Amino acid sequence: MDVSQYLEIFIDETKEHLQSLNTQILELEQNPENMDTINEVFRAAHSLKGMAGTMGYKRMQNLTHDMENVFSEVRNGHIKVNASMIDCLFQCLDALDDYLNKIQESGDEGTNENEMLIKDLNAMLNGSAGKVEDKKTETKAAEAVTDSSKEKWKDISLGEAEKHVMSEAAKQGKNIIGLTVYVQESCILKAARAFLVFKALEDLGEIIVSNPSAQDIEDEKFDKDFSIIMVADCDAKKAIAAAGYVSEIQEVVGSVMTPPVYEETVEEVKEENVQAEAVQAAQDAPTAKKAAPSTTAAEKKGKPVVNRTVRVDIEKLDVLMNLVSELIIAKNSLVSATNAEGAVNVGVNEHIEYLESVTTNLHESVMKVRMVPIESVVNKFPRMIRDLQKKLGKKMELYMSGEETELDRTVVDEIGDPLMHLLRNSADHGLESAAVRKERGKPEVGSIFLNAYQEGNNVVIEVRDDGNGIDVDAVRRKAIERGTITEEQAESMSEKEIIDLLFLPSFSTAKQVSDVSGRGVGLDVVRSKIESLSGEVEVKSKLGVGSTWIIRLPLTLAIIQALMVVVGGEKYAISLGSIQTIEDISPSDIKFVQSKEVITLRGNVIPLVRLNKVLGIESTKKEDENLIAVIVKKGDKQAGLIIDELMGQQEIVIKSLGKYINKSKEISGATILGDGEVALILDTNALL
Amino acid sequence: MENTKKFADTAQYIVISMGDEQFGIDIKYIDNIVKMQHITRVPNVASYIKGVINLRGEVLPVMSLRLKMGLEEDVTTKNTRIIILRLEQYGMIGIIVDEVKEVLTLEESCIEKVANDSKEEKEGFVFAVGKCEDGLVSLLDLNVVAFEKE
Repeated sequence: MDVSQYLEIFIDETKEHLQSLNTQILELEQNPENMDTINEVFRAAHSLKGMAGTMGYKRMQNLTHDMENVFSEVRNGHIKVNASMIDCLFQCLDALDDYLNKIQESGDEGTNENEMLIKDLNAMLNGSAGKVEDKKTETKAAEAVTDSSKEKWKDISLGEAEKHVMSEAAKQGKNIIGLTVYVQESCILKAARAFLVFKALEDLGEIIVSNPSAQDIEDEKFDKDFSIIMVADCDAKKAIAAAGYVSEIQEVVGSVMTPPVYEETVEEVKEENVQAEAVQAAQDAPTAKKAAPSTTAAEKKGKPVVNRTVRVDIEKLDVLMNLVSELIIAKNSLVSATNAEGAVNVGVNEHIEYLESVTTNLHESVMKVRMVPIESVVNKFPRMIRDLQKKLGKKMELYMSGEETELDRTVVDEIGDPLMHLLRNSADHGLESAAVRKERGKPEVGSIFLNAYQEGNNVVIEVRDDGNGIDVDAVRRKAIERGTITEEQAESMSEKEIIDLLFLPSFSTAKQVSDVSGRGVGLDVVRSKIESLSGEVEVKSKLGVGSTWIIRLPLTLAIIQALMVVVGGEKYAISLGSIQTIEDISPSDIKFVQSKEVITLRGNVIPLVRLNKVLGIESTKKEDENLIAVIVKKGDKQAGLIIDELMGQQEIVIKSLGKYINKSKEISGATILGDGEVALILDTNALL
Repeated sequence: MENTKKFADTAQYIVISMGDEQFGIDIKYIDNIVKMQHITRVPNVASYIKGVINLRGEVLPVMSLRLKMGLEEDVTTKNTRIIILRLEQYGMIGIIVDEVKEVLTLEESCIEKVANDSKEEKEGFVFAVGKCEDGLVSLLDLNVVAFEKE
């Protein structure tokens, strides 16, 4: 049973549940009595527990289990929500987040048991509540045992070999336990649950036989129940509890059974028994224990395979699908129009125009598929502000709007950090302390606004606060003090220019460096990040009234994967799509055909293009050095582009060179690198 | 708009210096003035196009006014600036100038159109001469400046 295929879904869903828990608990902090929220929280915790259990993440499951218990008590009105509880719950969420990150990185949840948190949670349950639940399960189990018709394990027919193992085990004083496990009717991943039951039981002892067979269970070839006979050191109750601990298991019945009579007819056989046993064990292992090795395999497989996924609205996909079918129709009519004899040009243009409009729409739709609401990023901010509030000892409130605004997935992924910086900045530098605010006649609780909206072809995200604003004079003084600008320069600089100084690396006006911000690594990072996304940042500020940080991002981006190379000290990008291989060739391998340089590569004669000559620059390589050739392909044509150095693969945003430069046919566009430098994109088609 | 002093018969020019001559560029075409920065060379284009720069996420072509006007190659000093022009026909273009001096307000009466029959290459760029206290300023015809030579 391989759970790795569910890993991605698990990670996605866990993230969602954690986010919802974060939001709901925040809500709960405001309205501790809100039943709807409590129910919501309970449900999220419950699903989280179930999912962690399914995936075999025990520690995560334990923690969520205890959280769920607390929520359950809250729901039943046994305990009240209070501040320390909320704090503890948030810590739990952070711990779960840690687990999730570890799982995402390595496929394993790590070894942090978070005992302190579990202890805290249990303390909240003030002892009695937890015990009641334990008793409940016990009585339930006891009841189950009495119901003999459910004990299907008794029907398992035993072969001689199994009987032998059992009697051997009995001799060693081990218990033989028969179990029948009933899976909930609503359970979707029956095989997964069964696998977990197997796994739980294997921790206790050895499974001898199961009905249906382990293979059938793995293939989900069973209805709602399956039976197991196992040998273990522990008693039946422990085994039942272990199996019952797996979620979505409705009921487990079982008891210790008497070993079947194994007739050892001949005395001499006894000697062979030792051998037979060994064989037996070997035979058992592949059937019953099959599950065990596959887990380790699953964990190994699960390690790096977490791809980034985009969840797509089904409507968008429908539009896409329709467009594709239209495209096929258009193509077909184009084909038939050109095939029709005597009517060579009739209608062709019309169809081509149609084709064009369809493909344009198709392109737009595909772009839209890449668009996701910024919600996923901004949702974590209320929690962050809450934490900052405690840390900074200031009162503040975050107001958000436009969370549904959509941006390209890559942008949404990247925008989180800059926004966080700006919010922290507002919270730390922007807002004044409550006392100062009162003095200035402002409400004690500071406000931070996060607004997102679309404006033409841009998406604008604003971070606004009603704090102190930027003290231009302070910035100016600081800049002079640091030697960033001279006094004369300062004189002539406009307010805006002075504020722009804030975006310089290592420039911080905070008088005290705090944990939150003020180390001067903030704003320049914000700016370079936003600029790498082809956006811009702007600040509007009024001393004493507050400041607004405006981020503008382009709505659509053309993004490609590219190989970055260096030719004569200049950086160029080659679209990965056109690259076949990269070869290291020695100068002696170069042959001449019609006085042009070629190489033979796996039977193909490939012409070489010295990029430094095409681009009109000196190569930094010596004559006798080995050459790096990037083999590019267009249709059935190939060419080897000789470059000086490989830099690596990168996702780049294509920018046009503008109307003014359009004569350079080797260059198809430009891109802005992380450091703000412009690199040109080579048009490999033109080079062939 | 009331507080900006704008009269129908005056125009503002940014005065730049190139060599020992002063030129004026109509302020309405100027988007920005930035300091000299790293210019990425674009291969196989006219020699006066120095390459492209990244201006707040936009890739803009930059050309050398000196080379375009047939003067000798630019020498980058601390006064060298790139003036970003926004032209209807060509979009945004940066031009490298030796130095940006001042903003000059010229009244219509101080601007004298020049006849463009001169064969000399440099002359075609100038459509008028402005007279001010500091002397004469040649006013550049930006469409001619940006025009691509074959």
